[in-house]
This record gives sequence, C-alpha cells and structure tokens, in this order.
Amino acid sequence: MDPSRPTTSPSIAAHDHADGPTAVLTGRWTAADLATSGTLDAMRRQLAALPAAQGWDLQGIDRLDHLGAQLLWNQWGREWPARLQLLPEQRSMLERVAEFTTTPDVPPPAGLAQHFDALGVRVLESLGQARTGVRLVGQLVLDIGRLLRRPHQGPWRDISGHLYQMGTMALPITLLVGALIGVVLAYLTALQLRQFGAESFIVNILGVSLVRELGPMLAAILVAGRSGSAITAQIGVMRVTEELDAMRVMGIAHGFRLVMPRAIALAIAMPLIATWTTLAGLAGGMLAADLALGITPAFFMNALPDAVSGANLALAVGKSAVFGILIALIGCHYGLRVKPNTESLGKGTTSAVVTAITAVIVVDALFAVAFRSVGI
Amino acid sequence: MDEHNASPDAAEPVVTVRGLWTAFGTGNNQVVIHKDLDLTIQAGEVVSLVGGSGTGKTVLLRQMLGLEKPYKGEVTVLGEPAAQLGRRGAASRVGMLFQQGALFSAFSVLENIAFPLRELGRLPDDLVRDTALVKLQMVGLGPQHANKKPADLSGGMIKRVALARALAMDPPLLLLDEPTAGLDPHGSDDFVELLRSLHRELNLTVVMVTHDLDTLFALSSRVLVLAEKRVLVEGAPAEVARFDHPFVREFFQGERGRRAMTPIAQIVPAPESSSTQDT
Repeated sequence: MDPSRPTTSPSIAAHDHADGPTAVLTGRWTAADLATSGTLDAMRRQLAALPAAQGWDLQGIDRLDHLGAQLLWNQWGREWPARLQLLPEQRSMLERVAEFTTTPDVPPPAGLAQHFDALGVRVLESLGQARTGVRLVGQLVLDIGRLLRRPHQGPWRDISGHLYQMGTMALPITLLVGALIGVVLAYLTALQLRQFGAESFIVNILGVSLVRELGPMLAAILVAGRSGSAITAQIGVMRVTEELDAMRVMGIAHGFRLVMPRAIALAIAMPLIATWTTLAGLAGGMLAADLALGITPAFFMNALPDAVSGANLALAVGKSAVFGILIALIGCHYGLRVKPNTESLGKGTTSAVVTAITAVIVVDALFAVAFRSVGI
Repeated sequence: MDEHNASPDAAEPVVTVRGLWTAFGTGNNQVVIHKDLDLTIQAGEVVSLVGGSGTGKTVLLRQMLGLEKPYKGEVTVLGEPAAQLGRRGAASRVGMLFQQGALFSAFSVLENIAFPLRELGRLPDDLVRDTALVKLQMVGLGPQHANKKPADLSGGMIKRVALARALAMDPPLLLLDEPTAGLDPHGSDDFVELLRSLHRELNLTVVMVTHDLDTLFALSSRVLVLAEKRVLVEGAPAEVARFDHPFVREFFQGERGRRAMTPIAQIVPAPESSSTQDT
C-alpha cells in the first residue's frame, strides 16, 4: 500500500503472463469504493466474463477489505484459484473469509401447521391480555380499599403531580379544540335552522350536544392521545431501565404506586377537563350564533338552563370519570406489558392510544344506550 | 488531505488533539473538565485513557467521534476535523464500541452488523449477508446467533456483536468505551484476546477508555493518564505505573493494581528507580 498514490476505483486488467492468462486487480477494493454508482455491477460483470482457468494477481490492490475479499471469494466459487499472487495481509484476510463463509440454513416455508400454531399463539396472547386487564382492575379496587383504610400512607404527592401533568397541562389544547368545534357546529346548524326560521333552537342543539356528548368525548379523546401515551411511555421506559424491578425488590407494589395514582388523578381531572371543554365549546358556539344568527349572548345564557337539564351535566361528569379511569388503566396495562427493548415500547404506546380511544367511544355508546331516557 | 489516505501506515498521526478545553454549564456553574489538553495518537497504537471519574475520558472519546463539540481547541481525526466525521460513510473511517453496545433493538444480530454496509445502498444483499456472517464469526459467535434479537443476547455477546458492527466496514480507527465493563473475568479475558488478535490482523489503531487494569496491561501499547484537566503522564503501562502522583499511585499501586501487575513485575523493578530500560 502506498499512501502517496491517488485514490483509485477498483479495476481489472487481463494480462498474459508466462504461465497463462492472469487477471491483475488494482485500486481500492473496499465497501465504500465498491458502493459508488455502478462500480460493483461493472466489477461483477468483468469478473464473471473472465475464463475459468485464470490466474489472479492481487498485489496491485491498494486496499482490500472484507467485503472486497468476500466478493472475490464468492466469484472464485468459494475455492482457492490454482494460480494466485497476493500479499501476506491479503492472504490472511482471504483465509479468514474462506474459513467463515457459510451458507445460512433457509427456514422451511410456513405450512398449515405453522399457521395453526400462530393462530393459537394469538388466541392465547389475547386471553393473557384479558387476564392481566382484569387483574389490573381488581388490583386497583384492592389498592383503593387500602388507601381508604390508611389514607395517610397514600401516594398523595404522586397524585397531585399527575393531576398537574395530565389535568392542568391539558387545559390550553382542550380550550382551543373545544372552542373551534363549538364555532364550527354553530355555523353549520345555523345554516339549517334558518331555513325553518327556528334560529332560537340553536341553544338547544348546541347545549345538548356539547354538554352531553361532544364535550366529554373531545376531552377524553384528547386526553387519551396526550396522557394515555405518556403513561405507557413512562412505565415502559421504567421497564426498559429495570426501574420496575428495582421497585418490586424494595417491596413497593406497582399497583399502589404507579397505577392507582394515575387512575385517581385522571378520575378527578377528566370530569374537570370535560366541563372545561364543554364551556369552551359553548363559548365558541355562542360567539358564532351571535355573528351568524344575531342571537345575543344574553339570550343564549337565559335559554341554556331551560334547554339542557341538570341531569345531562351529571351524566357528562359521571361518564368522564369512567373515561379517565379507563384511559389510565389502558395506559398502565400496555406500559406494564412493554418488554425491555425500544421496539416493544413503540408498539405498546401505539396500542395504548388506539385502544384507549376505541374504548372511550365504545363506552360512550354504552352510556348513550343505558341513559337514553335521562335528561332529554 | 484525502480521507482515503489515512491508511494505518500513513506517517501522519491518526488522532491529534490541540489546546482542547471542555466545559459544562455556564456562568458560575461552569465546570472545566479539560484545560489546554494535547494528545497525539499514532497509527497502529493501542492507547488507553485512564483517569478518575469526572476527568472526561468518555467526553474525550465522544469529541474524537465528533459527537460533542469542544469549548475551545481542535480535535483532528484521520486528517480532518472530528466534527466532520459524522457525515456519510463515517463507518469506513472509525468504529465505536459503546459501553452498553448500542445495538439497534429492532434488528436481528445479522442486520445490526450489516447495517452500515446496507446503508451504502448499492451492495447486493447476498454479498452483504456473507460479509456480515464473516464478521459475526470473526468476533467468535457462531452463525446460529445471526437471527437473534439483541434482547436475547448475554452481555458478552452484545459486546461482541457491537464490535462486529463497529468493524463492519473495516475502519482503520477503533474507539472502545469500557470494552470489558460488565463482563465476567473469563468473558473479559476472551474479549481482550479477541481485541488483541483483531488489532494484529486488521492493523487497527485502538483508543480505549478503561478502568480494568487487566485489560489495560494486556492490550495497551501506551497509557494516557487524564488528571488535573490535562494529560498528566503518558507512556508504556509499566512506565506510567511508576509515576508519582496520588491518582496514579491509587490506581496502579492499590490492591487491584498490584494484582494486575504481578505478571509484569519483572519489568517494573521498583517504584522509585527511574531507569531507562525499554521493553
């Protein structure tokens, strides 16, 4: 190797030596050089075109790395050529490549039995998920019982921290989304109502839909995306860094210190956020109604209590608390299932958000059916 | 100079650090780690960086990789500023073995090793796979481990796979952060033996940070002691061990040090004598 020599791309020249045709290789046979546009294909083509009983001279090569050596070795049909001239370090590299080149076993294609096995694995996994889910709920009940018996030992500091993180910090985004949905809803219904001259009913439509359904749902979906993923990621990272194991070794129960504080915090925060989102939506709707239909805020305020009965608000608060507990439990469930690697963390977080949003919508539908005669 | 000319037998040093200042924090909280630090590493050397905790050994390694920017001063690696190392094709210039391995957990062992080659984008899959399999066996792991995920490997195997990945493109310079930390004594001896043979066969320049005296004595051709915010003393391990400084005394001549040094007791006659023998 001569450092003063300029960089050269790999090349092959055919020479006629005394003892037969010989391929003389020059340039840099390294991964980086071979990977430049078209070089490797050109080299492979030239190598393949060479006759079989060929002599080889590698002494002119500036630098040979394992990939270059592998290329030559594969080209030689994984056998030493009859005539070969090379430098000692090239020989040792080729010897290493020769020693370690193996053909990996190709796994047999999946048959019916494998598919059947895979199905069984998935069924068992779903059952396992359901079992841990039920256990999580049961443990939460037991932990709340323990908290009620010895309230002074409760993780109050954790609860307050989570309340701030998951409740207070969610106020700006829910305000924005709630207000915008209120405006959009008011404008769209205003167009329809004007056709019937029933402008004043906008108060009823906005009031019932926002208070009863949209406020709690919007808040729950936003919190599921925001806090559900955060809960899974926090607990999942604790698994990856063995913090969960450290807690267990100290005799601190995961349920009592990780799951329950989050569930309580969201059970408290969620109704408050839902109410806040509803208020933002009503404010936005009131503004839009004033602009589009000329319904004054004063009229809106006066008409609202008659249009929406208090039972609607109670229902909204009640189901928001359920949503909050659901989101926290689903986040914790997936967080505790994370395996100690980054891929599993990503999957867990995604599943937590998707499941939490789906669960919120399903439970909301159940509430709608169960309480269809209340408040309307 | 041209990046490719940095072959192991170029006369130019592989790593040069001139007037390096490293500081963390700002204002009154500023902590200076390195102050006018100079060092030079020649091709083919195996250099160990030692020093108490907080003397910035790993930071120095990261600065050589261009992962951290020095406060002042310059770090030149293979003839170009370290900050430019991270561009495309860096894997063919320098390999790094991180302390925890830093394997990509979403990939299998073989995909981890093949990653830098595959990223070149123009190499056929079969050639890349063959090369990666050779690298895997070069670090002493059988091809049956090729499809495992990093989560299924033991600590020693993770280090070996990480080493194979660092060497995937045969870089002339290899940086090791605590190569034997977390390995049992037997595994650690094996790993040292592996590093020694790879250094010999591949003509590597190796820079490592280590606390393990066995590793240090077994591998290094030169030791740099970081203390008092600079390179306090450098030289062959046996020479450095005789230097009179609280850290050096503690590090080399404590109980651990004496145990590790017994094999070379013949080379080190007495702590006081400053003879001029050469090994």
